[in-house]
Amino acid sequence: MKLARGPLPRWAEILLLPLINIALAFLVVGIIVRIIGVDPFHALDRLVLGAVGSPESIGYTLYYATNFIFTGLAVAVAFHGGLFNIGGEGQAYIGGLGCGLAILALDRYLPGWLMAPIAIAAAALFGAAWAAVPAWLQAWRGSHIVITTIMFNFVASALMVYLLVNVLIAPGSMTPQSRNFEPSGELPALPGSALNLSILLALACCVLMWLFLWHTRWGYALRAMGHNPEAAHYAGTDLKRMTLLGMCLSGALAGFVGVNELMGVHHRIVLDFPAGYGFAGIAVALMGRNHPVGVVLAALLFGALQQGGAELAFDEPRITREMVVVIQGLVILFSGALEHLPRPWLAVLLPRRG
Amino acid sequence: MTAPPAIELSSIAKSFGAVRAVRGVSLRIESGTIAGIIGENGAGKSTLMSILFGLYHADGGEIHIGGVPVRMESPHDAIAHGIGMVHQHFMLIDSFTVLENLVLGVEGGFLLSDGMARTRAEVERLSGEYGLSVNLDARVSDLSVGEQQRVEILKVLLRGARILILDEPSAVLTPQETDRLFLVLAALRERGVTVILITHKLREIMAATDRVFVMRQGELVAERRTAETDPHELAELMVGRKVRLQIDKTPTHAGSVMLRAEHLRLVDGRGVPLLDDVDLELRAGEIVAIAGVAGNGQTELLQVLAGMRAPTSGSLTICERTFDAHRPGDPAGRRAIGLAHVPEDRLRQGLVAPFQAAETSILGYQDEPRFNPRYFLDRPAIARHCRDLMERFDVRPRLPRLRSSQFSGGNQQKLVLAREMAQEPRVLLVGQPTRGVDIGAIEFIHRELVKARDRGCAVLVVSVELDEVLSLADRVLVMFGGKIVGEVEPAGTDERRLGLMMAGASE
Repeated sequence: MKLARGPLPRWAEILLLPLINIALAFLVVGIIVRIIGVDPFHALDRLVLGAVGSPESIGYTLYYATNFIFTGLAVAVAFHGGLFNIGGEGQAYIGGLGCGLAILALDRYLPGWLMAPIAIAAAALFGAAWAAVPAWLQAWRGSHIVITTIMFNFVASALMVYLLVNVLIAPGSMTPQSRNFEPSGELPALPGSALNLSILLALACCVLMWLFLWHTRWGYALRAMGHNPEAAHYAGTDLKRMTLLGMCLSGALAGFVGVNELMGVHHRIVLDFPAGYGFAGIAVALMGRNHPVGVVLAALLFGALQQGGAELAFDEPRITREMVVVIQGLVILFSGALEHLPRPWLAVLLPRRG
Repeated sequence: MTAPPAIELSSIAKSFGAVRAVRGVSLRIESGTIAGIIGENGAGKSTLMSILFGLYHADGGEIHIGGVPVRMESPHDAIAHGIGMVHQHFMLIDSFTVLENLVLGVEGGFLLSDGMARTRAEVERLSGEYGLSVNLDARVSDLSVGEQQRVEILKVLLRGARILILDEPSAVLTPQETDRLFLVLAALRERGVTVILITHKLREIMAATDRVFVMRQGELVAERRTAETDPHELAELMVGRKVRLQIDKTPTHAGSVMLRAEHLRLVDGRGVPLLDDVDLELRAGEIVAIAGVAGNGQTELLQVLAGMRAPTSGSLTICERTFDAHRPGDPAGRRAIGLAHVPEDRLRQGLVAPFQAAETSILGYQDEPRFNPRYFLDRPAIARHCRDLMERFDVRPRLPRLRSSQFSGGNQQKLVLAREMAQEPRVLLVGQPTRGVDIGAIEFIHRELVKARDRGCAVLVVSVELDEVLSLADRVLVMFGGKIVGEVEPAGTDERRLGLMMAGASE
């Protein structure tokens, strides 16, 4: 009760607080790096250069950011409806399955310009369907969505292993992966990096989500439900159907990770391609304040950390791959779980006018 | 005049941002008296009391308790100085017994039984002294609201309070229970306890207090001996201008039946009937009020009528449409046939706090073509609509883009009322029309309701304010235990008789 928990000025809320959180995270990272015996400034230098030092590294940063945008938006849109979708990982996996199945079925018959929209739609459909089941279970049967979406991640993982080992495996192959897609099933990519056209899809999703949330009556109803379900019910919104809608949109967005990974990079269905992007999406959405613009900025940061971290681990043997995960974890910790840590101090420093 | 005053506040000031909630208030309350503090919403009375109780820290000024200057850093300090506060919403654990609730926080020692025995002895002494009888071994959930309030008072006294602050204590009580509360307060006064009563009910100020302090816009504008003032003067002081406490209205010309409920029943998950065989008729051009103590089914009745909850059985005809347990309809469908609903708990159900005022101003009407020319919401049109509502219902500040939560309570209420009443509905359901709005606005809201009635709208008002029920309604129905237990003509009905019906006593 000593420190006022008053609201901060808007600019501090949107810009200053996330920046302070990142700075705090890097401070702690610096201390850890120092303890290992590496010069923190050298490490920071390697990290930044690794992320944005060359056209190739920028390409990789943007490619990673694409995945983070999809999963960040997925978490954000559900969150606007008061739904905590922890199942981005599974939805991305199953979305990729849908995308891959569509391509495996049709890539020999259709040209690329027709194949791509069908594959993208399939990814959205499968991702949405995988999210729809937990949504239905919550809305009509009362199982909590956090629990069911987590469990569905495991189900998705097991299902994919089964399918790739037993059903989709390329004939004569020893590794559990499908046959390669024909060229019509590939998205054009920047030579020398993994960056592909999916990033345009990601940016389009940002614009569409902004339009949907703030400029349509369905987005309005979804946000009303998220802030105050009782008022939304009073306003005539069918909360069950709105829960289903919100989760389906969320699942479809997560499913697009499959487009970026399979159509853009691997060009076949592989195991474990969501690689934690679904979970990182929670941090991206939190850090981006659930706003599309914020999600893009946070996704860029996470993409840069992913790419720069890989370069750093490559360059500096004492900093292992695991250390890079620790760095990412600290950023998530400070901008997610400890998000409000500096708030009381800021509130004292920046008394709100008016 | 030898004893120092129980409380002396000098030049207390408190600002929230640019809002000066309390501006240099100084007052003295003599020991062993009952002081009333009245004022409109936002007049600063709750803020002032929160400062006294240590919930807020004053920007300036001094507090003396019993002549000694003190610093109130937290409620802990206030309790240590013998100040206790009974909140409007009780802070009791329903599944605990009364004794368990009383012991909570003062268990003392390792074994619970020691504290229990000590507390039991202490409570028995106190309850004998002050007439605060309660069954210590009853579960709180089995107690009536009046009894729960007595438990709250006991809790405060047990912690050694010599100064008792009561925040709107009668909001949930029947007139009889309120009288009983005032007897307890009088007994406390006899024993030298100082009582501060925060209320907006003038009648209670007149009935219970020795002195009354009137606050307006953060300032103490008047102090009167209760015996030397009258409700009209106090109302005028509160608002700063003359207020008519009576509503002018012509006799009703009730038309055709717009809403009819037959054998309406609603049973909750545990099989407890919330609505029990409710029959109800509401005609165009009349105001029917439902009186009753909060929690006797009025809330549920409104919810069923508004389509927010399906009845368990019975049928409902609204504007020639029939609904029943199998086809309960929904709130959107009700709006489509011309029913508007101002929910009782407007802040929880009627608006979405983080939404802009403009967004709140279309809540429930967001699907209408006038706000959706094609696929997208027409934001400029919505802002115009909101500004228009704000003009007509005097919502301040007139900023459609401001977040709903940043308006004062009274203005949030007015925004919701404006939204529903501006639809010119055929049937208007209003829960607690003047809860949380100030006297000036009450006058306005009542006038608007009468205007709607005169336009031919069928108006159903649910209210726990008897004054309001009696002055506003053309017919009054009384609810008790989920049933409608009687109908009275507002003219020539006195509050005592109504009070007995509300308490479930047969006529």
